[in-house]
Amino acid sequence: MAAEQPKRPAIRWHIAVFLAPAVLVYTAVMILPLFNTLKLSLYTDVANSQVFIGLDNFRLLFGDPRWAGQFWNALGNNVWFFVIHMLVQNPIGILLAALLSNPRLRMRAFYRTAIFIPTILSFVIAGFAWKLILSPLWGVAPNLLDLVGLKSLFQPWLGKEAYALTTLALISVWQFVGIPMMLIYAALLSIPDELLEAAECDGVTGMAQFWKIKLPLVLPAIGIISILTFVGNFNAFDLIYSTQGALAGPDFSTDILGTFLYRTFFGFQLQLGDPNLGAAIATAMFAIILIGVSIYLFGIQRRLRRYQF
Amino acid sequence: MSTARHSPAHSIAAHAILIAYTVIALFPVVVIVINAFKSRKAIFRAPLSLPDADSFSLIGFETVLKQGDFLLYFQNSLIVTIVSLFLVLLFGAMAAFALSEYRFRGNTLMGLYLALGIMIPIRLGTVAILQMMVASNLVNTRTALILVYTAQGLPLAVFILSEFMRQVSDDLKNAGRIDGLSEYRIFFRLVLPLVRPAMATVAVFTMIPIWNDLWFPLILAPAEETKTVTLGAQVFIGQFVTNWNAVLAALSLAILPVLILYLIFSRQLIRGITSGAVK
Amino acid sequence: MTFKHMKLALLAATMLAPASAALAQDVTLTIESWRNDDLTIWQEKLIPAFEAAHPGIKVKFTPSAPTEYNAVLNSKLEAGTAGDLITCRPFDASLSLYEKGQLAAIQDLENMKNFGDVATAAWSTDDGSATFCVPMASVIHGFIYNAEVFEELGLTPPKTNDEFFALLDKIKEDGTYVPMAMGAKDQWEAATMGYTNIGPNYWKGEEGRLALIKGEQKLTDEPWVEPFRQLARWKDYLGDGYEAQAYPDSQNLFTLGRAAIFPAGSWEISIFNEQADFEMGAFAPPVQNAGDECYISDHTDIGIGMNAKSANPEAARTFLNWVGSAEFATLYANSLPGFFSLSNETVEMEDPLAKEFVSWRESCKSTIRPAHQILSRGTPNLWNEMWNVSANVLRGAQTPEEGAATLQKGLASWYEPQQK
Repeated sequence: MAAEQPKRPAIRWHIAVFLAPAVLVYTAVMILPLFNTLKLSLYTDVANSQVFIGLDNFRLLFGDPRWAGQFWNALGNNVWFFVIHMLVQNPIGILLAALLSNPRLRMRAFYRTAIFIPTILSFVIAGFAWKLILSPLWGVAPNLLDLVGLKSLFQPWLGKEAYALTTLALISVWQFVGIPMMLIYAALLSIPDELLEAAECDGVTGMAQFWKIKLPLVLPAIGIISILTFVGNFNAFDLIYSTQGALAGPDFSTDILGTFLYRTFFGFQLQLGDPNLGAAIATAMFAIILIGVSIYLFGIQRRLRRYQF
Repeated sequence: MSTARHSPAHSIAAHAILIAYTVIALFPVVVIVINAFKSRKAIFRAPLSLPDADSFSLIGFETVLKQGDFLLYFQNSLIVTIVSLFLVLLFGAMAAFALSEYRFRGNTLMGLYLALGIMIPIRLGTVAILQMMVASNLVNTRTALILVYTAQGLPLAVFILSEFMRQVSDDLKNAGRIDGLSEYRIFFRLVLPLVRPAMATVAVFTMIPIWNDLWFPLILAPAEETKTVTLGAQVFIGQFVTNWNAVLAALSLAILPVLILYLIFSRQLIRGITSGAVK
Repeated sequence: MTFKHMKLALLAATMLAPASAALAQDVTLTIESWRNDDLTIWQEKLIPAFEAAHPGIKVKFTPSAPTEYNAVLNSKLEAGTAGDLITCRPFDASLSLYEKGQLAAIQDLENMKNFGDVATAAWSTDDGSATFCVPMASVIHGFIYNAEVFEELGLTPPKTNDEFFALLDKIKEDGTYVPMAMGAKDQWEAATMGYTNIGPNYWKGEEGRLALIKGEQKLTDEPWVEPFRQLARWKDYLGDGYEAQAYPDSQNLFTLGRAAIFPAGSWEISIFNEQADFEMGAFAPPVQNAGDECYISDHTDIGIGMNAKSANPEAARTFLNWVGSAEFATLYANSLPGFFSLSNETVEMEDPLAKEFVSWRESCKSTIRPAHQILSRGTPNLWNEMWNVSANVLRGAQTPEEGAATLQKGLASWYEPQQK
């Protein structure tokens, strides 16, 4: 792509013009404030002034069993949260997209529109709606299960350590499955007809066609979805905060990095906020996400590229 | 799966799956909306039945509408979302073009720099952002929110758009250059129209978190005049947490405008995402 | 407008008053608060009363949700955009704001003389030299019951613990009503309305609380474990799925008439009056043996102070002084029955339930919640841990002894007097 640029003109001002607005806004409103925050992780508050203490906050975070315990608990929960997303959201997204991409299917505009609706709702609404539905008092969920004769299956899911996190992950999937569906749908539609016709001539049809031809071709889209989900999940906060509160009950079983960070950074009830330690957690989250994204960019995406046209 | 194109049995199965999922997707919304129109006792007695003459009640809406100006909140949300979206798409596409089109020193570094923002929630910079807005006298203005959301949306926009722009054919651009078009014209006239589907994808990803954000309106613009719909709804929910009539009404009022907007634009949205892909 | 001009304008305003009152620049005070439940009461009763008596000062009440209040307030204080008046949480949360220079000292306000030491302790420095918030109200814990259900089943409010459980058994046997409305999901319900509600009778109120601060008692001692054992017994009497039952669920369960007893804080009174269509009564936490001295949790819960960086300090002080007055005390206590004035002035209350709660002050000894003073200064925070542990005990996820051990271990990890 750079073949047309070998002669090196003096200064190519247009590059600066193209980059300037984005870089300026982004640097001023996002990077500088974030940098200030991350810097805090190397300081501590002594009598209302910030004192440089090097990596002591990280030593506390990973060395003190109480903080480390909370951190690993939150990280473990976060991994589970992400795993559920990958195991449930992507297959459902692919299935729905595959069904919708059939040009002869009637009412597909309706389905597409309806299935995307939860995605446009806010966490406040989604979280609250599900909290009401799953509430043992209101009885919508038990009544529904009763209709199909499965009332005995009802559990106060959000109040049980064993189920709460999975339930919340499924609520999150419910809300966001529209995005993978749409992206995969678009990718499926962009597969050239000739390719499919050629496959049919070779006798590759139906399920075999899907597995052997279509799926490999939409893998890059699935890759992008996965990495976006990864970043989104490890930054997630709102849904758990609005349904379970900042203490992420029961017994911290739904505590993820976002809620742990919030509690530490801003404080909660009588616990005072500790911006320095909070910043240390934020830095750790940043590192985790950076590693994940790097693995994707340098390990996985390179391989996926080969399938692209 | 895609064998549905040949057999009616498969087509029925496809419809069954899609209908089942549609029900799951819409059920919570429907439950909220129908119960918002019922009396308190009826909400608890029969949460799944439609409101009838006996149980119909608008008391929740009355409580909510007495408390705030939902139309104004809605207007605020709309302005903030649309302006931020416009800026994200414009600035993002320009930067993505620079990164994908030109080879210059620091290109990769700049790309990584702009991608950093995807990985770290901007919420962490809250205190510094607030101080900056105070210093520039922007607290309680929509401008403050627009600036934050633009900055927040840019990294992902640049990331996705530069992927797509790499796929735009060089021949086309070079033909433009031979015709004497300036780099700006090449960008606006030739490249932008070609990446429209990608722009639509970015628009969706950018728009949803902006519309639904609770945090920055709460910190940067909590004033009555600049309150957004999401913040308004949250305040109601906090205030009437025991009064389910009011809570359900507030939720319905927060859902309906987005829903209407979405139904109006969904066709464009989907065409955007899939255009260029349509065979 | 320079200061001189301002003076001139004020002068002119006083000379031409009242016709030109509107010409003078009104000062607007903004109140930061977590009490978004009280929005209408401030808008319709308290603020008009103040504004009528103090022309030239306008007041705006701008609450945020209780769960977000600390984060929002701290961010705003750091950036200098917080309101002039700040609603104060008791003890250390506000003390730290004062130490950072964000709350102003106000002990020299004239009406501070209306408050005793107990009332101001929650918002004073440890040595008592400075006070930074005007005490507004305390809340009392106890049990509210559905009087119609009690009549129907022929029950009378219990005095002792045995009577209490006998009563719960009867309601359970009858089967029509859920004996007690309480859930474990929101955690603080179990801590405030459970553990610190019934606890003072076991740790003997202030005696135990101070012994804990001095390090003479431990949370694993009998008086601190026994309330957890009692709490653990409650789970047989709660509604189906109480593990996922949130606080509003409990409130609705009770006000819809489906539950007989609500372990309560007195702040429920105004909400319940509005939503329940049946007679209610209240009883104090039962004692262990008939004739025992009784203790109640009478917790200094809410005060109001002044942002040290307020642009209108004089007006803000005027307002705070008014909050310290007998007029405010009466107005507040009657607009929000269940928030009991901390003023020494006698406050006449009309609400029968509120009267019942406050009458316990005569017969029982008052104490505040044990985790609030000094003991929640470190990490892990004792009060937050109490939320989690109380909910765990109520769900049966931890035994009372395990729960107490968790609390003690956390406290001893940073609190020196407990490390011996």
